[in-house]
Amino acid sequence: MPWSQMNNQHQEVSQFKARLWWALFLIVLVFAGIVSRLVYLQVWQHQHYVTESDDNRQQLQAIAPTRGLIYDTNGDLLAGNRASHILTLVPEQLAGGRGSIDGVLAELAQVITIDEGDIKRFKRRLNQPRRPHSPVALSFQLNQTEIAQIIVNQHRLPGVRIVPDLVRYYPSDEGFVHALGYVGRINDRELAKLDSTNYSATEHVGKLGVERYYETELHGTVGYQTVETNARGRVIQVLDRLEPVPGKDITLFLDAQLQQTAAKLLEGKRGAIVAIDPRTGGVLAMASAPSYGANQFVTGISNANYQALRKSDDLPLFNRALRGRYPPASTVKPVIAIAGIDSGIISRKYSIWDPGYYQLTEDGRLYRDWKEGGHGRVNMHKSIVESVDTFYYSIAHLMGNTPMTKYLALFGLGQVTIADQPEAIKAVLPTKKWKRANRNASWFRGDSLNLGIGQGFLSATPTQLATMAMLLANKGQWHQIRMIKAIDGQAVEKVSDIGRNDPKQPVNIELKRTSDWNKIHNAMVDVMHGKKGTGRRSGADSSYKIAGKTGTAQVLGIKQDDTYDAEKIAERFRDHGLYIGWAPAKDPVIVLAVIIENGGGGSSAAAPLARKLFDVRILGAMAEEKAEEKAEEKDGAINDG
Amino acid sequence: MADFQRWAPEARRHLKKGPGLWLKLKLDPWLLLVLLAIMSFGLLVLYSGSGSSETAVNKQLVRYGLALLVMVIITQVNLRHVQRWIPLLYIAGLLLLVAVLLFGAGAKGAQRWLEIPGLPRFQPSEIMKLVVPLTVSWYLAGQPRPPKLIHVIVAMVLVAVPVLLIAKQPDLGTSLLIGSSGVFVVFFAGLLWRYIILAMALGAAGLPLMWMGLREYQKQRVITFLDPESDPLGAGWNIIQSKIAIGSGGINGKGWLQGTQSHLDFLPETHTDFIVAVLAEEFGLIGVCVLLSLYFLVVLRGLIIAGYATHPFDRMLAASLTLTFFVYVVVNVGMVSGLLPVVGVPLPLVSYGGTAAVTLMASIGLLMSIHARRPQRI
Repeated sequence: MPWSQMNNQHQEVSQFKARLWWALFLIVLVFAGIVSRLVYLQVWQHQHYVTESDDNRQQLQAIAPTRGLIYDTNGDLLAGNRASHILTLVPEQLAGGRGSIDGVLAELAQVITIDEGDIKRFKRRLNQPRRPHSPVALSFQLNQTEIAQIIVNQHRLPGVRIVPDLVRYYPSDEGFVHALGYVGRINDRELAKLDSTNYSATEHVGKLGVERYYETELHGTVGYQTVETNARGRVIQVLDRLEPVPGKDITLFLDAQLQQTAAKLLEGKRGAIVAIDPRTGGVLAMASAPSYGANQFVTGISNANYQALRKSDDLPLFNRALRGRYPPASTVKPVIAIAGIDSGIISRKYSIWDPGYYQLTEDGRLYRDWKEGGHGRVNMHKSIVESVDTFYYSIAHLMGNTPMTKYLALFGLGQVTIADQPEAIKAVLPTKKWKRANRNASWFRGDSLNLGIGQGFLSATPTQLATMAMLLANKGQWHQIRMIKAIDGQAVEKVSDIGRNDPKQPVNIELKRTSDWNKIHNAMVDVMHGKKGTGRRSGADSSYKIAGKTGTAQVLGIKQDDTYDAEKIAERFRDHGLYIGWAPAKDPVIVLAVIIENGGGGSSAAAPLARKLFDVRILGAMAEEKAEEKAEEKDGAINDG
Repeated sequence: MADFQRWAPEARRHLKKGPGLWLKLKLDPWLLLVLLAIMSFGLLVLYSGSGSSETAVNKQLVRYGLALLVMVIITQVNLRHVQRWIPLLYIAGLLLLVAVLLFGAGAKGAQRWLEIPGLPRFQPSEIMKLVVPLTVSWYLAGQPRPPKLIHVIVAMVLVAVPVLLIAKQPDLGTSLLIGSSGVFVVFFAGLLWRYIILAMALGAAGLPLMWMGLREYQKQRVITFLDPESDPLGAGWNIIQSKIAIGSGGINGKGWLQGTQSHLDFLPETHTDFIVAVLAEEFGLIGVCVLLSLYFLVVLRGLIIAGYATHPFDRMLAASLTLTFFVYVVVNVGMVSGLLPVVGVPLPLVSYGGTAAVTLMASIGLLMSIHARRPQRI
């Protein structure tokens, strides 16, 4: 080995040893630091921590904030909180500790009735990470006898406690559930998503609708208190308390009276009604039938009841107003007419001769009008008033897909228009691209004809139809469609005011000639008040003018050369009756969309309901009964398209 | 040879006696003794911390057995013979880490486990606790010492890649341990002091950058550490309660199985990361000092082994493994006593859990292997 290398090696070893000494020095220093920390905690601060340790009988308890209330536009309470008694267990304080839970549950079962589902839920919650000594709720439905039973047996049941609490209560129960949604017990999935600190004392969370969308505002902020307890966990005194911040109260545009009328009108039917104030975009009423009780979901619905709701053929849990996909049928005709004239494809004086059917080619398929024999010479005005299908077959054929879907989109179809109902869907606006992606076929001329009368692939929710009606009534002026009017008295114009994402909002519709709006309006007034208007029965004798459009959606395709008899087709295959409209015709205060599933024609099934709602909104409650009597006298089916 | 023996009775006697039994087994009795003492003490505390669970103690015993077995097997390996496979090990380790990020299983928002059919599920990051110091030692042993800047940079890249992959899982505790094990090797390779000081200065400047790179929950931990009272219901709970447990233990402790903090469920994770709080509560300052002394003996023995080693690779490896063991202890005790933020680092050989114990004993095995093959003075 060369000398220099030896020397290097020697140097390296001595340097390494020096580093070892450095390391040892550092290690000793750090160990000394840790030991002095321990000395500080265990000797210096010992007395302090002994007290703290004893004080652990002083417990920190989370206090749930009171959930914000929901009011209607006039200040009537739609969702409140009521006092309730909750049975809770503190597993650490049970006589036999955590291990004895099954025994305690069995013992409790002898005294009160406990639902199987409640026990399952309780055990799930128990196995989730939780602060020691925090109570876990077992049952929310204690009656007076059960409360008495538990209090009498309290001495045998340490760790079992009855805690007064506030739980959600919906005074109207069934009438508002599809508009408000409801709160329910927090489930596993939600527990994982929620802020565990803020929800440490909360048992319920908004599951659907407004309750879900405004969960953050309604919930509030958790508080806590330090309490001194005895060995059994009973609170002796409160030492320190940070009050929870209650949730904010919210006011909706909903008009309780209108909503209740709508719910009553839908009783025994399947259908939906959506009413909007065209001046604000606020939802005045949102009803879907059949409905279900909201309060049973708050305390925990029994499995049998839930299955009954779930399996019912009438789908009471289904929110038709937001999620029902219906062919809008003739209610889109005003929009199709606008598409035709505004795009310049047809002239404002365009007219056709209607023999009662339309053919693309000679000997081709017959596209039939609802009226056998036809309407004769038809211009745009007449086509809306009498709902002439052949006119629309003709202009749809001239237009093809693009201008029609473009204008339908401007009126809100094919998109979620409502801002604060998380369940709302887009339904289907069949563009060429859509058909390629979903049906793997190109757009045929026949598809255009069907689209022109609001059938075929096109579907819309009642909320979308009400939006479309609002835009017609407002001559293209948009407002954000929303439930919320104000939060804690602070008006909300858009949900982005409170930091949420606005839905993609279409631009205001500017027609090339604004007088075209008047043409459409006049025709829609004549639908309700004209001699041959399809809605004339419902428009008769009103002290104010109504503008509207009826629609009848085929549920079943009718074969060529078959005569169509509504009576003979099973109830489920009868037509859906639809109606859109607003009142008063000038300066409207309400726009409506009404859909009655399998109700038959729109003029007989849907328009009379709309008239009653217009009366309530415009004339007030007094007029409601009067209108009812009149309507009964005149009720009768009118055919329309 | 036989002639020589005849003429040199002294030497012959020595040969007859042969190398000692311990040396034959390649084990270091002193280290083994101290480790067994730590384990026994640990079982005692574990029994209390797990709520008098015999199953927990039995399971832990099995793990200790397994860990000791791994240690004995590793001591039989001569590092000179396996040295050349180290880069391969390193690459395999990196691939496993990438696999964890892609297909790993996890709990509580972190993805750390790898489930390969036919194998028990394991954490590749644990393997890296050994592979990283091995790799860096191997690399720097092949370079002139003190290392040139370029070699230091290469070494730091070798450390940084697995550390970042593990931090991404995210597993802050393990990436911290692995990162420091690599840095220690560079330190013992004789990195010039001026570089060390420069690095420290850069590190201090980079602290704000690191803060921005942390995940939300990691930031929360740091905030909670700085001000536990800010979140008494949530993350601050652990620190507040463990400080109460330690402080109320006093000098003598409340007695075995008598800790109110742990037994009334106030203290979280009493048998895993926070077990030292149980020890402090029940055995007091004396108990903790006994355990810390045992740890100190392990570290001291490790440093002595490093001092005896002649091959540069052995030296650096032994010193790095020893200091990493020390970091384990410091981070865990520091966290539980409220000196450091809560990062998931177990107390070596005392916390409940198998993987960490096995890797730790494997690194002890490496130390013993190095020591058993030191040049013998005859």
